[in-house]
Amino acid sequence: MTQEEVCTQLKEMFGEAVGALSETKGDRFVVVKGEKIVEVCRFLKTTVGLEFDYCQDITAIDWPARKVIEVVYHVYSLVHRHGLVVKVETDRDKPTLATVEGVWKAATWLEREIYDLFGVNFEGHSDLRRILMPDDWVGYPLRKDYQEAGGYHGIGNTRPDPLVQLSKVTDEKRKAFVAAAVAAAAAAAPAAEPAPTAPEGKV
Amino acid sequence: MTPKDPLQVEPGTGVLFTNTSMLDDAINLARKNSIHYLLFGLACCGIELMQTGGPRADLDRFAAIFRASPRQADLMIVAGTLTYKMAVRTKLLYDQMAEPKYVLSMGSCANCGGLFQTSYSVCKGVDKIIPVDVYVPGCPPRPEALTEGLLRIQDIMMCERWKTKMRPGRVDPNAPMMVSSKAGPK
Repeated sequence: MTQEEVCTQLKEMFGEAVGALSETKGDRFVVVKGEKIVEVCRFLKTTVGLEFDYCQDITAIDWPARKVIEVVYHVYSLVHRHGLVVKVETDRDKPTLATVEGVWKAATWLEREIYDLFGVNFEGHSDLRRILMPDDWVGYPLRKDYQEAGGYHGIGNTRPDPLVQLSKVTDEKRKAFVAAAVAAAAAAAPAAEPAPTAPEGKV
Repeated sequence: MTPKDPLQVEPGTGVLFTNTSMLDDAINLARKNSIHYLLFGLACCGIELMQTGGPRADLDRFAAIFRASPRQADLMIVAGTLTYKMAVRTKLLYDQMAEPKYVLSMGSCANCGGLFQTSYSVCKGVDKIIPVDVYVPGCPPRPEALTEGLLRIQDIMMCERWKTKMRPGRVDPNAPMMVSSKAGPK
C-alpha cells in the first residue's frame, strides 16, 4: 500500500487530527495532533491492510524559533513492506505526550531516550527515567539552547590546548632571542661608531 | 644522633631490610613479568586491545594477561572514549586495585578526549580523574604501539623501591611519570 493510500485511510478515520502527507522527496510524513497520537498508532498497527507492526525509531527535533519539539515516529510493516513517518508537535516549554508503549513495546526505551535528551514527558510511561546520561545529569543535551554545566562530579570539562602552550613557549623564546640580539647590537654599537672614524683618522 | 630508620629492625637481622636493592630487583622482576591488566575496553580501542592480546601481536609473551577483576589486576589499560558516566566508575575500579598500580592511557580519546573532546558527555582525558603512567597516542594505536607502552610500564615497574613505596624521581605520587624510551631498569 502506498503512503497516499495509508494517509487517505487515516484521514477518513481521524479527519482534522491528521494533516496532509508532506511533499518531501525523502521519507514523506504526516503531522498528527498530539492528543490523537495513541489512537492513530493503534489504528496503524491493528487495521487489516496497514498492520504497521514494527516501530523502527522514535526521535525528536527541537525548534526553538517555533517553540515546538517535534516527536517523529518511524513505523514499518514487515507484512506489507510499507513504511510511514508520523510527526507530532508538542509545546517546547512543557512538552508532554501520551506514550505509545502500549502499542509497540519497543517504544519504551525509545521514549526514554527522548525524555533523556529532549525532556519530553511521556504520560503513562512505565519507566520514565534517563537511559543514556547519568541519573543526576542536569539539562537535556540535544536541545538547541543547551549549555554545559561545566563538568560533572568535580571533573572539569576543559583541557589546555598543548599547541597554545607550545606557541607561548616558542614566543617567549623568540622574544628572548630578539632581546638578546638587540642587546648584542647595542653592545656592539659603541664599538661600531669608532669604526667609521678610524679609517678617517687614517686618511 | 640520627633518627632511627623505622624499617630497621634489631642489629644483625636488619640486613635484608636496609639493603633492599637486590630484593627490589627480585621483586620488581617478578612483578614486571606477571602483569595482570584489567580488561577495560570502552570503545573501538578495546577491539585493538583484544588484537594486541590475541595471537598475532601476543601480549602474553611479555607475561601480561588480562584479569576481569580490578582486585587482581595491577595495570589498568584505559582503552577508549571515557564518558562522564563511566569516569565515576573508572575511579571506583581504580580505587579497588591493589598498590602498586599502574595506568596506561590508550588512544587519543583516553589521552585527551580526542575526536569527542567538545562533546558534552565525554571526559577530557582519563588523567582528569586518575594518575596516568604511560600515554599511548593513536586512533587507535597499533598493537605494536600498545606493546611498546607495556614495555614502558615494565620499565617503570623496575624503578619501584620497596622501602620508600615510591618510585624514584616521582615527587608527587599523583603526578604522571615521564619515561623516555631509553629508560631501562634503574
